[in-house]
Amino acid sequence: MSVWVNKDSKVIVQGITGGEGTKHTALMLKAGTNVVGGVNARKAGTTVTHGDVELPVFATVQEAMEKTGADVSIAFVPAPFTKDAMVEAIDAEIPLLVVITEGVPVQDTAEAWAYAQGKKTRIIGPNCPGIISPEQCLVGITPATISGAGPIGLVSKSGTLTYQMMFELRDHGFTTAIGIGGDPVIGTTHIDALEAFENDPDTKAIVMIGEIGGDAEERAADYIKANVTKPVVGYVAGFTAPEGKTMGHAGAIVSGSSGTAQAKKEALEAAGVKVGKTPSETAQLMREILQNL
Amino acid sequence: MDLMEYQAKELFAKHGVPVTLGKTVETAEDARAAAQEIGGVVVVKAQVKAGGRGKAGGVKLAKTPQEAEEHARAILGMQIKGLTVNRVLIVPAESIEEEYYFSFLLDRANRSYLCIASVEGGVEIEEVAKTNPDAVKKIPVDPGKGVDEATAAAIVDEAGFPAELRDQAIGLVVGLYKVFTEEDATLVEVNPLARLEGDRLEALDGKVSLDENAEFRHEDHAAFEDKAAADPLEAKAKAKGLNYVKLDGSVGIIGNGAGLVMSTLDVVAYAGENHGGQKPANFLDIGGGASAQVMADGLDVILNDPQVKSVFVNVFGGITSCDAVANGIVQALEILGDDANKPLVVRLDGNNVEEGRRILDAANHPLVIDVPTMDGAADKAAELASK
Repeated sequence: MSVWVNKDSKVIVQGITGGEGTKHTALMLKAGTNVVGGVNARKAGTTVTHGDVELPVFATVQEAMEKTGADVSIAFVPAPFTKDAMVEAIDAEIPLLVVITEGVPVQDTAEAWAYAQGKKTRIIGPNCPGIISPEQCLVGITPATISGAGPIGLVSKSGTLTYQMMFELRDHGFTTAIGIGGDPVIGTTHIDALEAFENDPDTKAIVMIGEIGGDAEERAADYIKANVTKPVVGYVAGFTAPEGKTMGHAGAIVSGSSGTAQAKKEALEAAGVKVGKTPSETAQLMREILQNL
Repeated sequence: MDLMEYQAKELFAKHGVPVTLGKTVETAEDARAAAQEIGGVVVVKAQVKAGGRGKAGGVKLAKTPQEAEEHARAILGMQIKGLTVNRVLIVPAESIEEEYYFSFLLDRANRSYLCIASVEGGVEIEEVAKTNPDAVKKIPVDPGKGVDEATAAAIVDEAGFPAELRDQAIGLVVGLYKVFTEEDATLVEVNPLARLEGDRLEALDGKVSLDENAEFRHEDHAAFEDKAAADPLEAKAKAKGLNYVKLDGSVGIIGNGAGLVMSTLDVVAYAGENHGGQKPANFLDIGGGASAQVMADGLDVILNDPQVKSVFVNVFGGITSCDAVANGIVQALEILGDDANKPLVVRLDGNNVEEGRRILDAANHPLVIDVPTMDGAADKAAELASK
């Protein structure tokens, strides 16, 4: 088992003909993902070729779903057009939409999120590395070779910290690693991922990586306390980040007394989560837990 | 990007929010002339991107142009929360009958927008929020629906604005929401929103934060950037398209990915505790595709920071392979030549790491020290910085 994507997922790529779309379609195919086509209204009816795979390009997400049976879409659409791409995927009722694009105006994401309410699409991102169930399916830009399959579920705001943690724990492996993205407004939260891992029988333990800004980690801590029975280890980045300065992720900004790494660490520890000081120490905490399971 | 009061007020005026623009000046002499032109009693207000200007002595009443000049002379150059005051705003002094508070902001937790309004508040809003939280109304705004006149009327009624100000308040709320959405703001705050003589409602102060991700559709926002106040190294990095933030420590940091770089700062600070309190000197994220030129640009900025004693290059090869990063480092050192003069602790891991380490070994550069783990490399960099 795994969370949200597996070997049966049929994936389409919005923006399959662009630079990023082309590069990562090739990498997803190489990782074994069942990519079945792409979307670009201006190039509808053509195909793109990767090795011996020829993929059809459709005019709309809806057409791509009808012709291929796709149930997952990944968007590599430039930021100015990302909201429209999200709305299109939501209208087509695709079950899962992964938005990799960074630099999306937060009001665009907020509007797309409002539009998705009461509809059928789960959104991951934007500004995220996507989701990978190793040895089954990659819908994102995470290098598929870092780690194999195993008992750990991982959820993280940060892409490179996801890679780092997967690398640290490659001796155990992962059911699914979900990069939810570092923007102030994102579709899937730590809590959504924690709930999915709690319900996934193959996930035995969970790593949660957070960073400064907002109160998502504090709310996740409350959720863990009330709902999660599996062991969770945590890591929080940004202890040394000064107040009021944006550290790359639009979401990673500390304002006032809330949102600090220290506050997040304390909230997680109060919920029974072991929190590491460095990624390596966090991985070691996870190893100890797995050895005692 | 946070705006200064006078910039926020320009956006208010553009969207029909009642405001007095006054005059923004950079010298005491110009402050005198502005006060002369405005006439009567004026207020001299420090323009910096920080709260608490009044308490810091950055806001003064002046009865004459002479007094305005004297206040401006005292205020210009003043430090408020570490920021230097380079300009003052001169506005006519108003006789305030009541003070209110109003804002629209991004509500991260609910992935929505929020309106906060209080007719009790004004500048003491935080005190009111503590002592009488019911007087501070928090009204959710649906980003899909926005704020039209009917929604604005509902907000005004819930906030409890006096009946005689209701129509003015509705117009003001609609205007502020336009500032919020049409300018792609994450915060639009009016504090105080004042009831002036003759029942006029006016924004006496303004705070606006703009979403930098939306700059592509707001070319005019570039003019709001305060180039004078930017740290020279930050300005240099920005000109080269680097994501750099200057900090106070001695260990220069280069890494890929915002999360990993933030984590690197923390790990260096922990390691530094064993080496006389060494701290990170900066945040620098060179992103996924670390080309030789980007690496050279990044090293160039960091090595020009006189506080930097050692540099920690921490790269996890994801899509980018470590051999490309290693080649980037070697070429960057060639480009920099004698300007590269501080030890470089390099930790590479991930995609094609063996080849990356082989390239660094083969180059055998006297300044480069290859350490295999992040924690170990942080310790080495902190140790070198302490010498």
